[in-house]
Amino acid sequence: MNPTGEAAVLTRATPVRPAIEAQFERVAKEQGKTLQPLSDDLVLADSDLDSLCFAIIVARLEDTLGYDPFGLAEDAAFPVTFGDFVAFYETRRPGVADVPD
Amino acid sequence: MFRTRQAPLLQALSDGGSGDASLRSAAASVVPGSLARLSSLGGRLDELRDRSVLVWTGDQLAAGLALIELDGVARRAVLCPPGLSATHLPAIMAKAGVEAVVCDGLRAGVPSSVAVIPCGTGLLPLAGERRDTRQTEWILLTSGTTGGPKLVIHTLASLAAPIGGGAPPARGSVWSTFYDIRRYGGLQIFLRALLAGTSLLLSSPEETTGEFLIRAAECGVTHISGTPSHWRCALMSPSARRIAPRYVRLSGEIADQGILDALRAAYPDAGIAHAFASTEAGVAFEVGDGLAGFPADLIGRGGAAVEMKIEKRTLRIRSARTAIGYLGGPSLKDESGFVDTGDLVEQRGERYFFVGRTDGVINVGGLKVHPEEVEAVINRHPSVRMSRVKARRNPIIGAVLVADIVVRAAPGDGEAIKSEILDACQRMLPPYKVPAAVHLVPSLEVTDAGKLVRRGA
Repeated sequence: MNPTGEAAVLTRATPVRPAIEAQFERVAKEQGKTLQPLSDDLVLADSDLDSLCFAIIVARLEDTLGYDPFGLAEDAAFPVTFGDFVAFYETRRPGVADVPD
Repeated sequence: MFRTRQAPLLQALSDGGSGDASLRSAAASVVPGSLARLSSLGGRLDELRDRSVLVWTGDQLAAGLALIELDGVARRAVLCPPGLSATHLPAIMAKAGVEAVVCDGLRAGVPSSVAVIPCGTGLLPLAGERRDTRQTEWILLTSGTTGGPKLVIHTLASLAAPIGGGAPPARGSVWSTFYDIRRYGGLQIFLRALLAGTSLLLSSPEETTGEFLIRAAECGVTHISGTPSHWRCALMSPSARRIAPRYVRLSGEIADQGILDALRAAYPDAGIAHAFASTEAGVAFEVGDGLAGFPADLIGRGGAAVEMKIEKRTLRIRSARTAIGYLGGPSLKDESGFVDTGDLVEQRGERYFFVGRTDGVINVGGLKVHPEEVEAVINRHPSVRMSRVKARRNPIIGAVLVADIVVRAAPGDGEAIKSEILDACQRMLPPYKVPAAVHLVPSLEVTDAGKLVRRGA
């Protein structure tokens, strides 16, 4: 879909990571949870956030980023670490899905 | 009289030879059989005899132990679910004629006119003999449209009656559940474990899913149940690989093919079943073929332990497991004794699939939410003209709530209003009833009859 890679550079200049970090922090605060530092190897299920928190994060990110990478695919495996989570949003961003690394 | 009813719970425990089976939370482990000579109620059980008792605890194990002792003694046991707002207490207590409250800590909001009996997981010697004198009415709370929960009447018999099928668990089975035992789904597991004499591991709000799974693995859990949302969250954890259950059960939400396949892949040797149950309609059926939906031939089996029919596209159930009715509320059953579940079904080929609710109830991770209840909170904001709360499909917990709000002219700072509305919801509603997102919209569609259009709710 994007053989030159130029668009990939452009889209990656507006990274999703800060939006995701902000939403993790906001939801943790709203739900009274203690958030561990958001390192890439943080295992999501071992963070203090529960399933409701993750559900809210995904819903809010759909509003701010304009897409839900889980889409309607029922078989999409949920990311295990925070790094996986960010990568999941980065690689499934509309327009960059087919760009090789 | 005694022959026609279920033996009180504690008597059933000793008759069933529960032995050293234990109930384990993250903080405590109790052998329920020891309640024959010990008490979780500080020896004050006699003060609760023949009374209507509210069980309002922070800890689910404390509530479970109190229930074991109250069955057959109290006239009525009203079980408060976790996170119940104290603002609903006066109405619940009035409706249930509550004369005493059993609680495990300081519980603000209990009127001084009722006796307060402390309970906990630390057992003390029982003062005097146990005497079971009566059948106890069990009251469970379910989400109501507005103005607080509905009170659903059960008895131990309706909660624990067998529905046929299912061999008794093998010795050495260890059960566990993600559910809280103060709600119907969890209470089922609690009672079935007690009556079968198996150990039961309870979850704790203080531990992460990963920590709970590690504890479950250490206890050698063999049977484990939760909602599809619980399981989606569990499968996110690397610790999900540590347990090796023989039996995995899902209920409380629609089990889609995705989660059934993911569980099959994670636990190839386990029996995986999804069940239908509700507080009002009881446990109805269990499907073990690994496919979403349920076989059409379950419908219309006359004389079965659980009879099911479809009328006006909704599933209706008649069995010994349905609730008796609502306390002080509308009638629950039709003239032939069927309970309308309110769950819409659709037949595709030889199978029925659940497709939504007649009453617009939204299922958030297994917990029911009436959108009207959330709208009532939002509409109290002075800038709000009208609001509509609807479901948005969510990959983790099935659905989350989204609020569309029309504000009065000159709304000023929209972000500030949204944030005030979210604050109000967080103060007044349990977390799962708080909208995940709030949108300001120019208008909302209203029918000719003046009602909000609730498509897709």
